[in-house]
Amino acid sequence: MARISYMEAARQALAEEMRRDPLVWAVGEDLGRGGVFGQYRGLVEEFGPARISDAPISEAAILGASVGAAMMGTRPVVEMRFSDFALCAVDELVNQAAKARFMFGGQTRVPMVVREPIGMWRSSAAQHSQSLESWYAHIPGLVVACPATPADNKGMLKSAIRCDDPVVYMEHKNLWPLEDEVPDGEHLVPFGVARTLREGRDVTIVSWSAQVHVCARAAETLAQHRIEAEVIDLRTLWPWDQETVLASVSRTGRLLIAHEAVQVGGFGAEIAAVVAE
Amino acid sequence: MPETPRRNIDIARLRDQHRLMWRIRALEEAALRGLGDKVVLGAIHPSIGQEAVAAGVVGALRRDDILLSTHRGHGHTLAKGASSEAMLRELFGRVGGNCGGKGGSMHIADFEVGMLGANGVVGANIVIAAGAAHAIKLKGEDKVVCCIFGDGAINRGPFLEGLNWAAVFGLPVLFVCEDNGFAATTRTASMTAGGGPAVRARAIGLPAEELDGNDVLAVEDTAQAMIAAIRAGGGPRFLHAKTYRLTGHTGVDTAPYRPADEVAARKREEPILRAADLLRGAGVAEAEIEADRIAAEAEMNAAYDAAIAAPFPGPEAAFLDVQDVGSPALGAF
Repeated sequence: MARISYMEAARQALAEEMRRDPLVWAVGEDLGRGGVFGQYRGLVEEFGPARISDAPISEAAILGASVGAAMMGTRPVVEMRFSDFALCAVDELVNQAAKARFMFGGQTRVPMVVREPIGMWRSSAAQHSQSLESWYAHIPGLVVACPATPADNKGMLKSAIRCDDPVVYMEHKNLWPLEDEVPDGEHLVPFGVARTLREGRDVTIVSWSAQVHVCARAAETLAQHRIEAEVIDLRTLWPWDQETVLASVSRTGRLLIAHEAVQVGGFGAEIAAVVAE
Repeated sequence: MPETPRRNIDIARLRDQHRLMWRIRALEEAALRGLGDKVVLGAIHPSIGQEAVAAGVVGALRRDDILLSTHRGHGHTLAKGASSEAMLRELFGRVGGNCGGKGGSMHIADFEVGMLGANGVVGANIVIAAGAAHAIKLKGEDKVVCCIFGDGAINRGPFLEGLNWAAVFGLPVLFVCEDNGFAATTRTASMTAGGGPAVRARAIGLPAEELDGNDVLAVEDTAQAMIAAIRAGGGPRFLHAKTYRLTGHTGVDTAPYRPADEVAARKREEPILRAADLLRGAGVAEAEIEADRIAAEAEMNAAYDAAIAAPFPGPEAAFLDVQDVGSPALGAF
């Protein structure tokens, strides 16, 4: 076990996968300088500018070109800088990447990872703060991943790169400096398997991404009041681990969902509806 | 249109193009018949009158070269080598269609012959084509990508982004603007500022040529030269082929927004008649010229009969090929 940051975990995951598979490459604005947050630091020195590729500020081309490159057998890791900017490339993600395999009758796959940093961060206001994970969970064909810890950011990014489906990979900007233990060696986290970080009999708290840490602290506070909360980190929203959530709620009889996004039409509503059913 | 200048004509090559153009025409006439017979599922966007672009450009590609097309892509797909019967099965939503009946006309694709898909979104194929070429360059292959789009696409953002991308990375792409004069039902010129597609392409640094897109030999000559330059590592090129859509936007659009005399005049300049005139002028017998049409119609009639006899996919097909992780069960969405 090494203690590394959420950002360093992702950097190591990408480097390991690029060493393992020469068809993996990354593309996005400023990657040659390490990326806007430093999450690509040092990679161009090891892999060169063709595989750690800069890009013009052309979101539709960054994402759309990656769709073409993925259909031709490479495995692009696409950096969209902020999830807010990825909205300039919704056609490429939703109409093209997500649908190509289906509408072409299985003739192709689109193995790409679309990194979309999300969340409120440093008072960055309306166009650099959104968490739009529920939008993409609505689209058949996409996998939606929201890692909350350094260990998961390593294991889930590696799984995303190996996945043959397009994966919308949402790292929370406030978590970049978060340090924690990450397993040594090959560490892969499967999609659709939630992590129960605290067991409890009184109430189930379901969350993902940065809110997981808020929920963990809330559970500590509740424990001081003799309320034992079970805290579940979903890790991926599509697919999401219904089995773990339903089993927990059947024990506790109570459910609290916490996410950092607009409540109306949020993914929390989907969870609440499934549990209610 | 100006008279085609006299030149030494390769009769065998022109005959091949004449045959291919008739196959495209007959395929689309079969598709329109299917629309009338209510066996076509979804919309049909015919390219009748534009066949020289498909035959000339796509005919200049290698089988392992890559092609991306538009919602008006039947001709391109057939020219790349797709089976006519599989295409009609696809248009009719049947088993054995290129996409298993799930794509239809607007998403027809045949990856076996390097045809990476028509596209229902105007201009979306431009950035995808740039990326396909990016992968070719990363892998060190010598394939060329050909991306065909209409005149309406030059007003979309991906036109700028995709051409710039291809130029910046020096990618092996031939961009072809198949200009039929209309963006859906609007005259493109009325909604397009500046000097046109080639001027825009040159502004981004791509060598660009404009030509009469109904002259199949000119199209093929120019496309061949451009493809050779691209394959030699010369970076992307741009071809603006001016043609005319003899039908409406879709199979049910009667195109009342343009005068009949304009269409009648353009019909006299359509590419198959012009190729036939050249063949006649070069001494090819009338019966042989006519035989190309008859053979094409026979092929498409047989394909039509086979396609309407084919079964529809079962309901389970609606949930196949969505995704590996989190693949939906029946009724999940």
